[in-house]
Amino acid sequence: MAETKKIATRESFGLALCELAKEHPEIVVLDADLAAATKTDIFKKAYPDRFFDCGISEGNMIGVAAGLAAAGKVPFAASFAMFATGRAYEQIRNSVGYPHLNVKIAGSHAGISVGEDGATHQCCEDLALMRTIPGMVVLNPADHYEMTEAVKASYAYNGPVYIRLGRLAIDTFNDPDNYSFEIGKGITLKEGGDVTVIATGLVVNEALKAVRALEAKGINARLINMHTIKPIDKDIIIKAAKETGRIITVEEHNIIGGLGEAVCSVTSEYCPVKVNRIGIEDVFGHSGPALGLLAEFGLDAEGLEKRIEAIMK
Amino acid sequence: MPEMEETVRMENQELLEMEKNACKVRLYTVEGVFNAKSGHPGGSLSAADIITYLYFKEMRVTPGVDMSSGSLGQGVSAACGMALAAKYDGKDYRVYAMLGDGECEEGQVWEAAMFASHYKLDNLCLIVDYNGLQIDGHVEDVAGLKELDRKFEAFGFEVMNIDGHNFDEIETALNKAKTVKGKPCAIIAKTIKGKGVSFMENQVGWHGKAPNADEYKIAMDELNAQLKALEA
Repeated sequence: MAETKKIATRESFGLALCELAKEHPEIVVLDADLAAATKTDIFKKAYPDRFFDCGISEGNMIGVAAGLAAAGKVPFAASFAMFATGRAYEQIRNSVGYPHLNVKIAGSHAGISVGEDGATHQCCEDLALMRTIPGMVVLNPADHYEMTEAVKASYAYNGPVYIRLGRLAIDTFNDPDNYSFEIGKGITLKEGGDVTVIATGLVVNEALKAVRALEAKGINARLINMHTIKPIDKDIIIKAAKETGRIITVEEHNIIGGLGEAVCSVTSEYCPVKVNRIGIEDVFGHSGPALGLLAEFGLDAEGLEKRIEAIMK
Repeated sequence: MPEMEETVRMENQELLEMEKNACKVRLYTVEGVFNAKSGHPGGSLSAADIITYLYFKEMRVTPGVDMSSGSLGQGVSAACGMALAAKYDGKDYRVYAMLGDGECEEGQVWEAAMFASHYKLDNLCLIVDYNGLQIDGHVEDVAGLKELDRKFEAFGFEVMNIDGHNFDEIETALNKAKTVKGKPCAIIAKTIKGKGVSFMENQVGWHGKAPNADEYKIAMDELNAQLKALEA
């Protein structure tokens, strides 16, 4: 069953890269002076000759990754989500996306759970930015096992992939003996018929706690873990819309452009139902302890329980 | 800046062939831009001699686009990645990246220059098509590159200044670049924007504009006359 030790998905990412690199010499890793934070330093230690620090120059890092990929390498380029996807957006679009190169981009310290670093570093727009690039796969793993499998899957996929990593150490809730990851396939964590909660990333476990607590209050909610934001799993959304008639999305991201809108785009086209989007409501975050911020923005288990209950009244 | 020490002269016949090919490249350039009703004749014509030398003599590749670096500043970074991959794989290929003088205003060029120098990419050679013009006017008036050679030197490059329309100088510089170890090279090639078509030469307006039918005819006539003279 699930481990009790908390681990941040950025660390799971670093560990997974090392595992994968054993068998695949074409994997190389790039960072932009944040190796200790993105945890690519784990890889750097194990494979110093396959790690290239680009210094604080994210645009160049993405371009170098594109060149490496054009020459047959499989580069994983990491930085904070803000700088990887924000500052280097155009390089990702034109040097990686347009030629559909096999570059994997990891954006760490995503969302408000960065904590004390504050609004400038709390990227709540990365999923939106990456979704808009044609051919880009966008992954947002929720815990240690999911990140491990997502890294493997992103390697196996030939093309550009964005993977969102979190700073905060979190519980591992997925059961490794009963878990499989497939790009573009959401995972039903709990069955239910009253409403479907679709969550992604760090807040999936919070949503799981919330929907379990809501059982006692007579609300039988289905919970889907949507680890892939793009391509979005249409089938699981349409089925949920038909069977439960109502959807609530939960994300540690601006409600504009992220999971919520991706889900709405499916429901509005294939099966219109009411969708409530829970997330960062088009505001900037601010400095504070990570758990305090999650509570303040209503994204912890307690906040989600209240919010979902209110929506269902 | 040190000028090129000794310029090696190409054989007359080879030089003639190179000039004919460059003329054909210019003809195809004007034809392509005219038919597409869009493109960049000015810079394509200023770079034509260097491109001709690279594709007809220097490189062992089929002419084509290795990397879509259409967005300015991004080509050098991609070239760095390719050069790094060659080092990593122990392969002996060299990587050439052409960039515009105006393009050197992009910060990413200097991020990449720092990277190339730091990783000692001596298999990387940048060639700056220094035609002195960009969309908004003269490069020196728009943003002021000033001493570009000294900038690249300060970033750790071996720098050469050449006439970008002189095949002997192009050849000498590219050959010298191959002997440089431990650092990347930057060849700053002084060129004439729109070279080969009289009314396009040194004209800002021909940066990114397609000729109309009358202009097209004049341009093709001029270039065909140049080719005919070389073939005579």
